[in-house]
Amino acid sequence: MKNLKNWVGEITGAFSATLKHAFAERDTVCYPAEKPDLPERWRGRIILTVTPEGEERCVACYLCSSVCPSSAITIQGAEREDDERRYAEKFEIDFTRCIFCGLCEEACPTRAIQTTNDFEMGASSRAELVYDKSRLLENHTGKYPDFDYFKRAGVPIRGKDVGEGANEKPPVDVYTLLP
Amino acid sequence: MSPWLFWPLITIAMVVVILGLILAAGFTVFGERRILGLLQNRYGPNQAGPFGLLQAIADAVKLLTKEYFLPGFVDQKLYKLAPVLVVVTVLLSFVVVPIGKGISFAADFNVGLLFILGLSSLHVYGIFLGGWSSSTKYTVLGSIRTIAQLISYELAMGVALLGVVLLSGSFSLEDIVLKQDIAYIFLQPFGFIVFFIAGIAETNRLPFDLPEAENELAAGFNTEYGGMPFAMFFLGEYLGIIFISCLTTTLYLGGWHGPWAESYPLVGVFWFALKTLALLFFFIWMRASVPRVRWDQLMSFGWKYLLPLGLVNIIATALISALWM
Ligand code: SF4
Ligand code: SF4
Repeated sequence: MKNLKNWVGEITGAFSATLKHAFAERDTVCYPAEKPDLPERWRGRIILTVTPEGEERCVACYLCSSVCPSSAITIQGAEREDDERRYAEKFEIDFTRCIFCGLCEEACPTRAIQTTNDFEMGASSRAELVYDKSRLLENHTGKYPDFDYFKRAGVPIRGKDVGEGANEKPPVDVYTLLP
Repeated sequence: MSPWLFWPLITIAMVVVILGLILAAGFTVFGERRILGLLQNRYGPNQAGPFGLLQAIADAVKLLTKEYFLPGFVDQKLYKLAPVLVVVTVLLSFVVVPIGKGISFAADFNVGLLFILGLSSLHVYGIFLGGWSSSTKYTVLGSIRTIAQLISYELAMGVALLGVVLLSGSFSLEDIVLKQDIAYIFLQPFGFIVFFIAGIAETNRLPFDLPEAENELAAGFNTEYGGMPFAMFFLGEYLGIIFISCLTTTLYLGGWHGPWAESYPLVGVFWFALKTLALLFFFIWMRASVPRVRWDQLMSFGWKYLLPLGLVNIIATALISALWM
């Protein structure tokens, strides 16, 4: 008898609970007419960003393509003639393979590759979904407005000696420390 | 009426009714999707036409224009037969349901109720054969569950219906409705409960949708079907829901009885439709509310609770009607 009471209680409870939800606020949006609110860190279409000076950030280190679980990224690196800075000659992301895991963004040391909150990438053929560099590269800094890898890294490059980077102290002259 | 006029007229009427029923099934699907959406804080399909009403048509067109694909490993004859069986048995069952005073094809058929029970068993064959002939693990599991389900509810259903037969003294649905000055749900509350639960199991709806069980068995018995044959299974399922609602209305809710239904048969049709729609809504509401049971739970429920309850009900009915009537 107690069992029966429990059953009836549970079942009527379930029915009234769903009925209450009929009058609750909707959790979904009527999508094409009304855009959903996407969080800032949404992992959508991938872009390549540039430094504040407008130089390509990517140094073709292949980290993103190595970490990519679905091997969606194809890169071919090259070196610039004038300042020997590396850059990606070819950079292709195959969005038919990409699973938008965001690992490439995490792996990138120069913060070149970034995910955006655009997900409307529908295309009518597979070939259209393979984005080459011209479609990936955007002329802005993305989520990190002041980040410039070469200014921060300790490595000397042409035009910046050791100790001249941001947040960097001049190197200690070991000979002055003699007792 | 001369036979030269009778048969063409009947044929036309049947075509109209079948088309009507198929449309009704389509709109039941649409209604279900909207109501489920409503109960689950979603919108449901609301884009095609006003309130999304044309969604049913769009779905039908999509399914009809799909490629017909016959997997190589299936038992071809049974594979093709199964969906037909599912739809035809349900459509045939509608023949004996009176939807208004004197409005039906063969409501005075003197073994109407037995006819329905027989067809409902055949309907299960359609589902079982569909899964069995596809011979993949999900479909076979679905088929096995169908049979496990069948032996759990069918006896209880028959026993519950006997109560109605005892009270009305007839197997013909027309007589049963005519005898219901008081709807039998008040005279046979336990019979109603047993019948309705068995009816839910019969239509393979949640909480008893074991043969299909999307989240465990891919799509259960119809996993290997696509396009038109799949549409027929779908149609069969929703026609089944409509039919069980109609039958429950007829047997327990007083059929077309209601104010002014005696003198104006069309008003009776209205009452009948209203009661059926309420039951349909209940089916959908239930789908949103209760979880699926395991097949062994269903079996023990069927044999340990439903059947004894049905038996007690029929014995009590027999005793009371023998003593008082
Ligand atoms: S988001 Fe993931 S899958 Fe897509 S390109 Fe980056 S690492 Fe590869
Ligand atoms: S996008 Fe980043 S991780 Fe990928 S190659 Fe360029 S610098 Fe390396």
